Amino acid sequence: MEKTVAAISTANGTGGVGIIRISGENAKEVADNVFVSVSNKKIKEMNGYTATFGKVYDDGEIIDEAIALVFNAPHSYTGEDVVEISCHGGLYVTKKVLRAVLKNGASPAEAGEFTKRAFLNGRLGLTEAEAVMDIISARGEQSAKAALSCMEGNLRKRINAVRDNLVSIAAHLSAWADYPEEDIPEIDTDNLADSLENCRLKLSSLLKDYDAGKVIREGVDTVIAGKPNVGKSTLMNLLSGCERSIVTNVPGTTRDIIEETVMLGEIPLNLSDTAGIHSTDDPVETIGVKRAKDRVKNAGLVLAVFDSSKALSDDDKELIELLENAPALAVINKTDLKTEMDIEYIKSKVKHIVFISAKNGQGTEELEKEVADIVGTSNLDASQGILATERQRSAAESALKSVNEAIETVRLGITLDAVTVVVEDAINSLLELTGERTTEAVVDKVFHQFCVGK
Amino acid sequence: MKFLAGEFDVAVIGAGHAGIEAGLAAARLGCKTGVFTINLDAVGNCPCNPSIGGTAKGHLVREIDALGGEMGKAADDCFLQIRMLNRGKGPAVHSLRAQIDRRKYSERMKHTLELQENLELRQAEIVSIEKADDGRWVLLTRLEAQYIAKAVIIATGTYLGGKVYIGDVSYESGPDGMFPSKFLPDSLEKMGMKIRRFKTGTPARVLKSSIDFDGLEEQEGDEPVVPFSYDTENPSENKIKCYISWTNEKTKKIILDNISRSPMYSGKIEGVGPRYCPSIEDKIVRFSDKQRHQLFIEPCGIDTEEMYLQGMSSSLPEDVQLEFYHSIKGLEHCVVMRPAYAIEYFCADPIQMNSTLEFIDFEGLYGAGQFNGSSGYEEAAAQGLVAGINAALKILDREPLILDRASSYIGTLIDDLVTKGCNDPYRMMTSRSEYRLILRQDNADTRLTPIGRKIGLIGDDRWHRFNVKQELIKAELERIRKTVISPSEAVNSILRENGTSEINTGIKLVDLLKRPELSYDALKDIDETRPDINANIFEQVEIEIKYEGYIKRQLTVIEQVRKLEKKILPLNINYENIEGLRLEAREKLNKVRPENIGQAGRISGVSPADISVLVIYLSTLKNKSAEEKE
Repeated sequence: MEKTVAAISTANGTGGVGIIRISGENAKEVADNVFVSVSNKKIKEMNGYTATFGKVYDDGEIIDEAIALVFNAPHSYTGEDVVEISCHGGLYVTKKVLRAVLKNGASPAEAGEFTKRAFLNGRLGLTEAEAVMDIISARGEQSAKAALSCMEGNLRKRINAVRDNLVSIAAHLSAWADYPEEDIPEIDTDNLADSLENCRLKLSSLLKDYDAGKVIREGVDTVIAGKPNVGKSTLMNLLSGCERSIVTNVPGTTRDIIEETVMLGEIPLNLSDTAGIHSTDDPVETIGVKRAKDRVKNAGLVLAVFDSSKALSDDDKELIELLENAPALAVINKTDLKTEMDIEYIKSKVKHIVFISAKNGQGTEELEKEVADIVGTSNLDASQGILATERQRSAAESALKSVNEAIETVRLGITLDAVTVVVEDAINSLLELTGERTTEAVVDKVFHQFCVGK
Repeated sequence: MKFLAGEFDVAVIGAGHAGIEAGLAAARLGCKTGVFTINLDAVGNCPCNPSIGGTAKGHLVREIDALGGEMGKAADDCFLQIRMLNRGKGPAVHSLRAQIDRRKYSERMKHTLELQENLELRQAEIVSIEKADDGRWVLLTRLEAQYIAKAVIIATGTYLGGKVYIGDVSYESGPDGMFPSKFLPDSLEKMGMKIRRFKTGTPARVLKSSIDFDGLEEQEGDEPVVPFSYDTENPSENKIKCYISWTNEKTKKIILDNISRSPMYSGKIEGVGPRYCPSIEDKIVRFSDKQRHQLFIEPCGIDTEEMYLQGMSSSLPEDVQLEFYHSIKGLEHCVVMRPAYAIEYFCADPIQMNSTLEFIDFEGLYGAGQFNGSSGYEEAAAQGLVAGINAALKILDREPLILDRASSYIGTLIDDLVTKGCNDPYRMMTSRSEYRLILRQDNADTRLTPIGRKIGLIGDDRWHRFNVKQELIKAELERIRKTVISPSEAVNSILRENGTSEINTGIKLVDLLKRPELSYDALKDIDETRPDINANIFEQVEIEIKYEGYIKRQLTVIEQVRKLEKKILPLNINYENIEGLRLEAREKLNKVRPENIGQAGRISGVSPADISVLVIYLSTLKNKSAEEKE
């Protein structure tokens, strides 16, 4: 019998609800170990397709309030006994619940394991399995658009354009080698180099778009920095679109907001460490700024919040220095109050600046636009077809590598049989990309592409 | 009246290029072997071009030789002219091609069969083969003699249901006026084998003295002669020239005006012709923008005046043939001794076989050559060798010989046939191999002779010479990696002459050789410790060094692919029952019945998604059998 496994089955961080799925023979037992329903009814005694409200415990300590939903084998997603615990969304809480489940008898599900089990138990065909994957990982509208246009339409067209170029190069080279007795046109190495260069450019632009596309799909690691009381929490709540239960006035709770994903227009912002929020009780305010320093260095986006109703402090200025070469946006908050701040100073140092009133919700559109500019998504047309997964990117990159090598081979004057094999490698990488050729990489990765859980 | 005429371990039907290698291999491995031919004067006949080798085909001949086959040695014995094609295009596509004396070649092969221990050569038409109750096969001749054999190799070439077409005229016939194998097709169909019609064709032979050679381009052989066989130490010299001419607008017009009289275009021939070796009318119709096509005029032998017109095969009526041949420069007054013809024949769909060339559904029955859907003497010989070896290995209860794509062109050829099948006669080309830089004609022995030795087809002498050569290559590689060339005016002037940068500190010889501008030969004056060894050792070392990066790249791919080939698919899987496979994939997989995941992935219509289904299915099979064991 397969062991009982569990994982978070909602995409990391998105949504107001996080679901921990437990699947396998002992799923109900495991759930009973961590979940106590308000009615005190054991999950084991519940009927299939019923839900109950209760609390999740870890070592006797309440983690969260949650709903448990029970499915009986074989009529479940995986075809096994399944219990789904729906708790409050946000990675931190869901992870805590998962940890409790894993401590109480379940093993962590490997990437794609639920889908694999569903598939093995005849609950899901492979194409369906892949579709499930796409829906889960598509977060915003543009991302869904990209997923849809992905293999069938525009991306395929874009890739095939390069592939056709390469195929005709390889065909000419092959005919020239295989039919020495027919009068096949000689290979002009200058033309050959030009055609290859053309392929190189197309592949490079495909890869460039991937980086922007990745922002849309996976979000950008975002740091909200600033002194205490400039409105960072309010900005966060504004971005989340609602006041999240987890953000309370109880000191220390805000400390728990370590990771959270919010949508800003089309762009998911992965808010990591809202430095400064928890330092209100800290005797030395600069600690917040110091932490911000480290975060800012690694962040994909920095939202530096300033209180326009107060003059710039030394801390503010130190933060501004950090922003100069960072993908940063200066968010001037509290525009509803009288401006006391030297705006020009900020403007002279930070390229992107936006004025908002987090309290009134003013300026969010501008904020959105500026962020899109910074992360490079504003010029991205997802319907053009962009690479969607790391596997696709790496296939495109190895195609580019081969094309570069082919150009180099021509340049060095090495015989054209060597050029041919390298061009064929590039073609094969593209065939792998579009799923027309089986390679070990495809076979190995097929389930690892699947989001953990679904 | 039927009578029992003999018993064999292995019976081979046909003594063409496939049948010869099959028969010799089985007999040499110790099996009592019978080789049957419709006419003893047609053993090893070359009914088409009087040449062996060519692009990729030359690779096949070298590989056959490296495994212990006969073709390369016979070609070396009978060649009239030999050339290395594609010099300058890179080592991967260098290919040997020999014009041969076709009569001499045929005699040489017949005699070899006659002298071969354990082998009986018989003139007999096999009209049926049936499985006996004891699992052996019963072969019946036209004269009602019965032979019993443990294994049968079908190598019937264009004889099987052969039908010749020349314009409106058609008649049942084998090649070169031999009678066809008329009854065997019914017997094969009766046992449930899938057979279909293919066609091929050959150009006219013309009288040498009627050709005006003035102004035709001459083509001579290479000096010094490079032989096919690793056994041939003192090859003879080039004896003849070939000539090149071109078709013209007039030729084109004559053909187009009469195209309706071609049986191919009127629909009389149902068989599918070779895309890669088209008739002149095919070339003119398909490449209508081309003004002219090249043709080669080649002697058929020393003791004959017949000349072969390579590139000019046709099935147009004889009167049209005369007209268009006469339109060609040099052939204006040529006397056509044998007209061109097309021949249609039965062959099996090779996806019914596995990589040993044994039919999956008919144990002990093998196919080789044109019968398997290929075209060409060399392709035939390669399959004959593998079928013969495998029939013998099976009878001897030994492991089968399966050559994978990464090992050889032979492996590539067989994998293509049994995995993808073929819709027209299959011709080998260098572009069919993804591992071209590794599967070179110069290193066929390195790749395959150890395998031939293990099988038992490489004798002690040959094996000893092989090992000496390998040692020399190794030693030379070591030497150039160690040897340091110091900067000096002598050295730098040679570097300058060859257009490469000078050195001002010591440099390893190997690093100089890596420079595309420098060859072994160019460095000979500054390479003081160079040993006095055969030039082919330098050639191989130079290729290994110059193409090291590309070779490594291909080796990495091979390693990955071999991992997939290790995932074995049991033959008894019913793909209809595997949930998750797409319909097309189920159908194709059931037809081809691949031996492993790698092969399954190469079947057209089987996508990577289907492959992942299979991988998972395999893992559940394993889990199940593990559970059962518990």
